[in-house]
Amino acid sequence: MNKQKFALQTALVALAVAGVSVPATADAPGAGGTQALGPETGEQVYRQICQACHMADGKGASGAGTFPALAENPRLASPVYPIIVVTRGKGGMPWFSNALSPAKVAAVITYVRTHFGNHFTTPVTEADVKKFGSPAPVIDH
Amino acid sequence: MSMKDLTPTRRQLLSAIGTSAGSVAAMQAMVALGHAAESQFTGPPTLSGARKGETVLVLGAGLAGLVAAYELTKAGYKVQVLEFQGRPGGRNWSLRGGDTYTEVGGAVQKVQFQPGNYLNPGPWRIPHHHKTLLHYCREFGVALEPFIQMNHNSYVHQTDAFDGKPMRYKEVATDFKGHVAELLSKAINVGSLDDKVSGEDKERLLEAMRAWGALDKDMAYASSLKVSGQRGYDRAPGGGVEGAPTPSQISSLSDVLDSKVWNQMGFFFNYVMQTTMFQPVGGMDMIGKAFARHVDHLITYNAKVVQIDQSATGVAVTYQDTASGATATAKADWCVCCIPATILGQIPMQVNDAMKASLKAVNYSASVKTGLEFKRRFWEEDESIYGGHSFTNQPISLISYPNYHYFKSGPAVLLGSNAGGLGGSLLAGMEPAARLEAILAQGEIIHPQYRQEFMNGVSVAWARVPWNMGGNSRWSDDARKQHYQNMVAMDGRIVLAGEHASYIGGWMEGALTSSIDAITRLHQRAQEA
Repeated sequence: MNKQKFALQTALVALAVAGVSVPATADAPGAGGTQALGPETGEQVYRQICQACHMADGKGASGAGTFPALAENPRLASPVYPIIVVTRGKGGMPWFSNALSPAKVAAVITYVRTHFGNHFTTPVTEADVKKFGSPAPVIDH
Repeated sequence: MSMKDLTPTRRQLLSAIGTSAGSVAAMQAMVALGHAAESQFTGPPTLSGARKGETVLVLGAGLAGLVAAYELTKAGYKVQVLEFQGRPGGRNWSLRGGDTYTEVGGAVQKVQFQPGNYLNPGPWRIPHHHKTLLHYCREFGVALEPFIQMNHNSYVHQTDAFDGKPMRYKEVATDFKGHVAELLSKAINVGSLDDKVSGEDKERLLEAMRAWGALDKDMAYASSLKVSGQRGYDRAPGGGVEGAPTPSQISSLSDVLDSKVWNQMGFFFNYVMQTTMFQPVGGMDMIGKAFARHVDHLITYNAKVVQIDQSATGVAVTYQDTASGATATAKADWCVCCIPATILGQIPMQVNDAMKASLKAVNYSASVKTGLEFKRRFWEEDESIYGGHSFTNQPISLISYPNYHYFKSGPAVLLGSNAGGLGGSLLAGMEPAARLEAILAQGEIIHPQYRQEFMNGVSVAWARVPWNMGGNSRWSDDARKQHYQNMVAMDGRIVLAGEHASYIGGWMEGALTSSIDAITRLHQRAQEA
C-alpha cells in the first residue's frame, strides 16, 4: 500500500502541463495520455526530454545516423537557432512547442548553453522564445 | 439515372463483373457505385516488360524495400537490396528469447522470453482496411489472428480520478453515456433546445437518450439492474437459489468526468483503430520474413549506405560493411530509396535541394514499447481480461494484453508500455534497467500482481533504435503542404519510398502503398527512357 501510494504520488508530482496531441491517423500509443510530465527547471527538461537522443552527457550518439552533440557546440552561440529547432523540430527531432511553455523552452536552452562545456552565459528569456519560436504545428492528417 | 433504372440489380451487376473480369474490376466498379472507398488499393501492381538487363538498387529492406524488390523482380528487373541491419523487415520486427538488442548509446538487452512469447516493438496491429498489407499476407500465406482492440473489461486509469484506482471501461463508459443522456434529456424537456430541434425530433431524441443512456422511466440515470446490464453487477446473475443479480452503484457525473473516459470512447471511433484488427500468428515479423523468402538472395546485409550519387545514365551508391568497415559501390540504372528520413537526411545524396529539404521537414515521433514476461496470466486468471488495452495517463500510456495462447498456463508476455510524447521521451532517456523499473512501478498501480509475477522484460525506445533513430514520421500540415510533393517526386533516377512518403504515416500500409506508387512511376520512366 505504501509503495503504491508512493508511486501514485510520484505520478501525481509528474503531472501535466498539457497532453501531447497525437494525430488520429498515426498508430498512436492510445487514448489515456500520455500525460505530459511536469519538468520545471531547465535541467529537469533536459533530463526528461532531451537526453533521450542527445544523451545524458550531451555528447549525442551514433547509429545509422547521428544525434548531434550539444556539448561544446558553437551553433548554440546565438539563442535563435536552438529556439527555432526546439519549437519547430528539425529532421527526426520533433517540435516541443505543444508540450513546453515558452518559459520552459527558455529554461532548457539556457541550461544547455551553460552546461556540457558551453559557456554562453546570457540567459535566454521567455520573450526571446515568443519572438523567435514557432507556435505548435497543426496536424490534421 | 437513378439506381432504380439499373437492371439487373446493382448486386447482380457487381457479381457479374466480379466473376467475369476479376476482383480489381469489381473493386473499381464498387467504388464507382459508392461502395468500398475505404482504401486506395485496387490490387497489386501489374508491372511487366522491363528491358532486358535493366537494374534497380533498392536501399533498405523494410517493407517498402521488400515490396519494391519483390514486384520489380517480377516485372523483369535485376534487383539488388542494401540493408543496414543483419535481418529483413525493418520496423516489421519481433523480439524473442535469445535475441540481443543494442540501442543507441550502447546499452545491451538480452531477451529472456520463454519459447513462443514475443514482443512486437514496432507495428503490432493491422486495420481491416489496410488492404495492401492484407493482400500480401494472403499471397504469402501469413496466418493472421484477431487483434483485440476493444475490451470492455479492461481498465481506464487516471492518477487524479477515483482516488487513483483503475476502473473497468464498461463501468465508466456506461456512466458517462448515462449522465450525458440524462442531461441532454433535461435540456430538451426544459425547452433549452427549442430553437434548434423540432418538436418531432425532440421526441425522437428523448427516445434515443432513454435507450442509449439506459435511463429510467423518469429519464434519470440511476443504479438499477437495467443499468447493471451494461456496466456490470454487484452480484452477477447465476443459477439456482442465489441466482438473482444485484445492481452495481453508478458513479457520479463529476467522478466520471475526472476519468476522461471520452478519450477512450473517442479512440475506438478512429478509422485506423476500428475493429476488426489483426496480427500475424507468432509475431509481426512473419510478414517481413514472408517477403524475404522471395527476395532474400537479393539482399546485402550489414551494408551502411554512406553516399548516393546519380548521373544521366545511372546511380552509384557507396556503402560500408558494418562489420569489416570495408566500402564498396553498387551501381544500377535506377534507385528506390527506402531509408527513413531520420537517416537519409544525413546521407550525402545527389538529388535536388527541394527533396533534401523535405527530409528535414518531416519529424518523427518515438514511442517506448516494453515486453514484460510474467509467470502466469494473472490478467486472465484474476481479472478476466483477454486481450485489449488498459489505458492510463502515466507515461506508459497503456498496458496491452497478449492476443494469443489464451488460458495457457506458464509465462506470458504483455505490452507494458506504449509511451509517446513526453512520457516516451522520459522513458527513452533512461538506461534500460531504470526504464524497466519505472515501467513496473507504473504498471503495478493497475495490476498489483506485477512484482510477484514478474520474470523479465525488454524495452525498445524508438528514439534510440540505431537503424531508425526515431519512430514513425509525423508531418505537420504546413510541412506537408510545402514539402510532401517534393519528397515523392522522382528526381532523375532516384525515387523515395517509405511510410514517411505517404498519408498513412506510422503504418505498414503506408510503406507498401508508397513503394508501389514509387516503383510504378519508376517503371513508367524506365519504359520511356
